[in-house]
Amino acid sequence: MNIAEGSASPEGNTVETVVVRFAGDSGDGIQVIGSQLGLASAMSENDLGTFPEYPSEVRAPVGTTYGVSAYQVHFGGRPIKTIGDEADMLVALNPAALTTNLDILKKGGTVLVDAGTFSERNLEKAGYKASPLEDGTLDGYRVMAPDISKLTLESVADLSLNRKASLRCKNFWALGLVYWMYGRDRQPTIAWLNRKFAGNPDVAKANIAALNAGHAYGETVEATAQEVARIEPAPGIYSFVTGYEALAWGLATAAELANRKLVFSSYPITPASPLLHTLARLSDTGVTTFQAEDEIAATCAAIGASFTGGLGVTSSSGPGIALKQEAMSLAVSAELPLIIVNTQRAGPSTGMPTKTEQSDLNQALYGRHGESPLAVLAAGSPAECFEMAIEAARIALTYMTPVILLSDGFVANSSSPWILPDIDALPRINVANHTDAESFNPFERDPETLARSWAIPGTPGCEHRIGGIEKDYATGHISYEPENHQKMTDVRSGKIAGIAKTIPPLEPDQGPPEGDLAIVGWGSTYGPISRAVNNLRARNYRVSHIHLRHLRPFAPNQDELLAAFSYVLVPEMNTGQLAGLLRSEGFGNVESLSKMTGRPFQVSEIEEAVLSRLESSDE
Amino acid sequence: MNEQVTQAKLTAADFATDQEVRWCPGCGDYAILKAVRTVLAEVGARRENTVFVSGIGCSSRFPYYIDTYGFHTIHGRAPAVATGMLLANPDLDVWIITGDGDGLSIGGNHLLHILRRNLNCQILLFNNETYGLTKGQYSPTSHLATRSPSSPGGSIDNPVDPASFALGCGARFVARGVDTQIGQLTEVLKAAYHHEGAAFVEIFQNCIVFNEDVFDGFTAKSNVAEHQLQVEPGKPLVYGADDSRGLVFDAAALGLRTAELGSDSEADVLVHDPANYNLATALARMNNPEFPMATGVLYDNPGPVYAAAADQSGSDGNARSLMDAMRAGFSWKVAGKEQ
Ligand SMILES: Cc1ncc(C[n+]2csc(CCOP(=O)(O)OP(=O)(O)O)c2C)c(N)n1
Ligand code: SF4
Ligand SMILES: [Mg+2]
Repeated sequence: MNIAEGSASPEGNTVETVVVRFAGDSGDGIQVIGSQLGLASAMSENDLGTFPEYPSEVRAPVGTTYGVSAYQVHFGGRPIKTIGDEADMLVALNPAALTTNLDILKKGGTVLVDAGTFSERNLEKAGYKASPLEDGTLDGYRVMAPDISKLTLESVADLSLNRKASLRCKNFWALGLVYWMYGRDRQPTIAWLNRKFAGNPDVAKANIAALNAGHAYGETVEATAQEVARIEPAPGIYSFVTGYEALAWGLATAAELANRKLVFSSYPITPASPLLHTLARLSDTGVTTFQAEDEIAATCAAIGASFTGGLGVTSSSGPGIALKQEAMSLAVSAELPLIIVNTQRAGPSTGMPTKTEQSDLNQALYGRHGESPLAVLAAGSPAECFEMAIEAARIALTYMTPVILLSDGFVANSSSPWILPDIDALPRINVANHTDAESFNPFERDPETLARSWAIPGTPGCEHRIGGIEKDYATGHISYEPENHQKMTDVRSGKIAGIAKTIPPLEPDQGPPEGDLAIVGWGSTYGPISRAVNNLRARNYRVSHIHLRHLRPFAPNQDELLAAFSYVLVPEMNTGQLAGLLRSEGFGNVESLSKMTGRPFQVSEIEEAVLSRLESSDE
Repeated sequence: MNEQVTQAKLTAADFATDQEVRWCPGCGDYAILKAVRTVLAEVGARRENTVFVSGIGCSSRFPYYIDTYGFHTIHGRAPAVATGMLLANPDLDVWIITGDGDGLSIGGNHLLHILRRNLNCQILLFNNETYGLTKGQYSPTSHLATRSPSSPGGSIDNPVDPASFALGCGARFVARGVDTQIGQLTEVLKAAYHHEGAAFVEIFQNCIVFNEDVFDGFTAKSNVAEHQLQVEPGKPLVYGADDSRGLVFDAAALGLRTAELGSDSEADVLVHDPANYNLATALARMNNPEFPMATGVLYDNPGPVYAAAADQSGSDGNARSLMDAMRAGFSWKVAGKEQ
């Protein structure tokens, strides 16, 4: 079904794209070698996407299935938008890693295991009655089962490391073999190891020796090496970023563009914490981070920072966002800029913290209390996290409103190569504070945006008092007048609706702006939908992909664009929240494609859904 | 409103707003408002640099009546909002106004953290032992057996003592004042203003409607002498008519004991040292009527202030541009193809 996804191209032994999945015990250094393969691939003129999967336990017992950590890398010679449905190669450093990841390896794919770990005890921990290397479990796969543990020990024998430290190098041995098989250059990884272990040269040397030994092993046993197609990357300075890194850069950049201090306050929660960690390391660029006592305080501190003229941002995931709701309504009522980042995870309650989901859209749209309209945005890829962070700041500051920016565990942890932006070339966010004491009224509105006048402490003559109590439309003083509340309610919702005027028109990401079928998505379903539509269009199916970045308000032409399709299919990692919203906006032919497994959509799932609908239609 | 701002000294009246004050006639809040305006004028506060932040409650209406910047936020969260203000602008002079319910019930967590972090601000907790705004339910400071709409048979929760709580949280300035003792209250507020770091002031405030005269035991004119000990730095801890009674150290109990100065040795009377944490805790813990209620500045011992340190955390202090920071990670260059 996936004609192009991770499969060989017609010409010779060159493949267009490859998916490698590493799996091992949480102490095996899987994440490190996964990101090294990503880096080496980016430097081998490949585009790529990566995704880590961590066990939820911090230190699970060695050898257990629930202690398995994995990292998938999809690289090749065309734009890569997904992590790949299936792996071409699985590296499993122990039996538990094999049993938990084998289903992702495609039939006929290569599996590399460390035979040295297939002891009776480890097999038992993984739930194997007999060794899968001998009982036919791996029939139909290309199996490579060297004793990696032993070979690693031999490769570092000359160095003065003890057995335990020596064994720790086996991840690099495996990586060396993978490099040989896919023609990756070892130099970037060697340079990285030398830098990383600058203070411990023996460890650097040992890992390099293991890497080289794995590479040499491939050559000696004549393992099939494959050429991977290349792309011609656009010129620029590249870095490898995850969604949360790009989001952090985006927030810091937005503050710089607006010439305001970024005050980011948050309380730790999976999978949102890395955003806090990344920004905390930027304090020397002028960013202020604050680890609050809870999510309520985090939101309130961000609001206090905005009251004072900063750019207040808070971030969390589902349960923490629930705690922020009351304060978000205060920001709506006081009309202060505020950005709330929700890195969604599988709920309800603690749910599955390390698994991804898009199930907080309704919370973002309909949460809080009273009539509390605010803007809602979503980012669909690591690069888009940067852009949407800036867009969130533009809207929050221009319209004096809270903005929710939706990310999720998948987009936050995925990574891809990214051209570092030239901040000086980006449009500035020019929002001035009011300083003229003669003309100040805190609730005087800009006739164009309906944003209220913003004066900040420190400005003589503009002293004023605001709060969550209803305010008089004209003076901003406390008011319980019936007509006034009606008017203020209308102004608050009109202000949010008016943002649409500054949103660029929505265009299909792929396909014509009209037709029989549009796949409409938002957030991290971007990659799988994009690839599925690309594949289907290559096979002459008339399908378009429309991806929403603005979820409230919608882009001004969205109604018109969607109405030009007879049928709309909405894949979502929830039970159909956007689909429901579109229906409530009057679109009849909207169908939801729901997935609630904690895992992102596979390209094939979307393709199959489309094909089954096209087949059952009258065409 | 719009007069030219000069550095001329402001008067208490300059801190009044055009808003009609809406507390019940006879409410203790009026006296506190007056004291605060007086103190602002006396210490030479600048309106533009001053912010009053409050939660929700009768007491939290306070910012509307002071002509500075003001933010009436949500129930219990004023310390968190104030923290954000100070992170964005550490030079502001921030006053937090809270109640016994606002500060110790719904907002107890935030009060704990702002005190231990020691942000530079004044925190005035108006203690009336009741939820005034919601019409008189018992509060976390209500004494046992308080009858209220939500405790018709008398409350069964042990009360919390605000000053002891603050000391336990690591507060470096803890004081008590009384709404009707304006002279002492203004002195206490001035000391709070001049303290670097979080200054916590509990003010016994009479809610004339729901809890009238609940503090009479030590605030009524006839009771002040025998039941209140107004502490002053460097002065002996004495009280009673003609200062006839005093506090002495009880070694066996590792605590305080009251003594008749005529019979016990006068030399043993303790002298107030606001920098002594153990003494402050013992003073705060004294329950009336077994002990006199201690009022005034119980503790004043400045420590490192939070906001000053916030910007330096996680870095070596050398400013970098954002572009440099982005490039400091692993990056590589792809050159454009020569034509
Ligand atoms: C989230 C929330 N819960 C409850 C309330 C209702 N409420 C308002 S003020 C208050 C108690 C105030 O008591 P206190 O802080 O002692 O202030 P006082 O009115 O006595 O000055 C309560 C329960 C609210 N406004 N918000
Ligand atoms: S209810 Fe009590 S505390 Fe509230 S204004 Fe009236 S007297 Fe004051
Ligand atoms: Mg009260």
